[in-house]
Amino acid sequence: MTEKTIRCPQCQKDVHVDDHKICPYCNFHFPLTVDERLALFADEGSFEEMSSTMQSKNPIDLAGYEEKILENQKKSSLRDAATIGRCTIDGEPVVVGIMSFSFMGGSMGSVVGEKITQAMIEGALTGNPVILFTASGGARMQEGIFSLMQMAKTASAAALLEETRTPLFLVLTNPTTGGVTASFAMLGDVILAEPGAIIGFAGPRVIEGTIGEKLPEGFQRSEFQMQKGFVDSIVTRESMKQTFSFLIKTHKRRS
Amino acid sequence: MAEEKKQGLKSSLEHIETLAVDDQNCGGKSSWDCVLLSRQSGRTGAKAFIDMICDEFMEIHGDRTYGDDPAMIGGIGMVEGRAITFIGNRKGANFRENVACNYGMSNPEGYRKALRLAKQAEKFGRPVVCFIDTPGAYPGLGSEERGIGEAIAQNLKVFSTLKTPVLCFIIGEGGSGGALGIGVGDKLYMLENAVYSVITPEGFASILLRDPSKAKEAAEAMKMTSQHLKQFGVIHDIIEEKSPEQTAALIKQTIIRDFDNLCSKPVEHLVRYRLQKIRGIGEVKGGKEWWHPLLEVFSRTQSLR
Repeated sequence: MTEKTIRCPQCQKDVHVDDHKICPYCNFHFPLTVDERLALFADEGSFEEMSSTMQSKNPIDLAGYEEKILENQKKSSLRDAATIGRCTIDGEPVVVGIMSFSFMGGSMGSVVGEKITQAMIEGALTGNPVILFTASGGARMQEGIFSLMQMAKTASAAALLEETRTPLFLVLTNPTTGGVTASFAMLGDVILAEPGAIIGFAGPRVIEGTIGEKLPEGFQRSEFQMQKGFVDSIVTRESMKQTFSFLIKTHKRRS
Repeated sequence: MAEEKKQGLKSSLEHIETLAVDDQNCGGKSSWDCVLLSRQSGRTGAKAFIDMICDEFMEIHGDRTYGDDPAMIGGIGMVEGRAITFIGNRKGANFRENVACNYGMSNPEGYRKALRLAKQAEKFGRPVVCFIDTPGAYPGLGSEERGIGEAIAQNLKVFSTLKTPVLCFIIGEGGSGGALGIGVGDKLYMLENAVYSVITPEGFASILLRDPSKAKEAAEAMKMTSQHLKQFGVIHDIIEEKSPEQTAALIKQTIIRDFDNLCSKPVEHLVRYRLQKIRGIGEVKGGKEWWHPLLEVFSRTQSLR
């Protein structure tokens, strides 16, 4: 366990956090890096990354997009906003996809769409459960219509999992909005969420702008979405591994 | 300020009018012209096209869960002896209807009605036609509470493997996820002046260009016209816009031609082709070694059935 002091963006206090990175005052869940995330549930050393070299192009030739990608790659040491691979959980093989909000707000462009699709296809081929962690502001506008089409692509991959009876588990982390919510994030056999995550289609400011009033406290948070019937269960970082183990055990494909 | 706005509005209205009458102008239109034309009040909507195309039409209401969404029209029509399920965004033909139809912005019940009708069509082997014309799904409180994200997601998933032919026509505004929610099918067509984009040019301008007044520039940069989308291979073809009756006749011809062809194919082939087409959209460098297995997945789905 390593201890760090960071400023909590929710309660503005300087807090000491351990590897789970949770604010002790307001329960804010800080974003985790891919490695920190994997450490919560994957058997040590079991993760093998897939398609690690995949990178973005500039499909609509938008000025400044390539520079933006480079800048984000330097800042985050990631190639794009999704990392996929295989690992084991208590010895059971699974396919994992992890989105990183730190890379261009976790926006879904061609790379994210293709990687999430590849993870699901790997699941469909092997029958191993697919676990996806979302964190996204939505579609990547810089890729124009191609980013919108990634919604169709990831959702159709979820349809393949349905046809091959492969389990799909989602963990929605803060924030999960826009095109990701309106595609694969809402298509899991089981949809889990981290406490207090913002989950919705339209962003809070857009809704406030439409209805012309302040949103009620807690609107679009995980707890709200569970109450409204769109999140199956709220899972703590501490119990993540145990929860996955249970889900894997109870979602065996019938033969 | 208000006067300036009024002047601006007046000149852009006059501009649209000159565009609308000038039939010869089609090559010279800017992206922004198309944005304005696609939103123009009085533009032929889904209901009008359905009425012109069908010999008989019966509207079907409601999602059987929550209610009926007037912003989404659905029903069954007869077109030259063939029963077809029609689904479309409805903006309304005049101001009163615009308000009643929420300007074509659907709530979850609209998408769930579309889904119900699509499944019903699948059951009875009827092909499906979708007319897309919406600024987007409605970003409101109730819409979020009833799961607009989930409703659209389900549609994308179910339409992608729906075991009956689906044709989609973007007849006006193709606004983001709200448009895609009834936009997954075997073939996608666009009317000449229609637009299709991930966000409105106004939204793009305010978020990426940090200046909402740059919507015109944004429209150009976003490459959202029928011409662009055809070059990208996202749509199959462009349908020329003439008078509403003539345009309806062209759409009808396309529907009859495509369904004559698609309805004779085994549905498994149809679904496989549809999924491959969807899978192919996107531009990436590297990681191609994972592209092949789609065919293996298909054989796997067969063996598991």
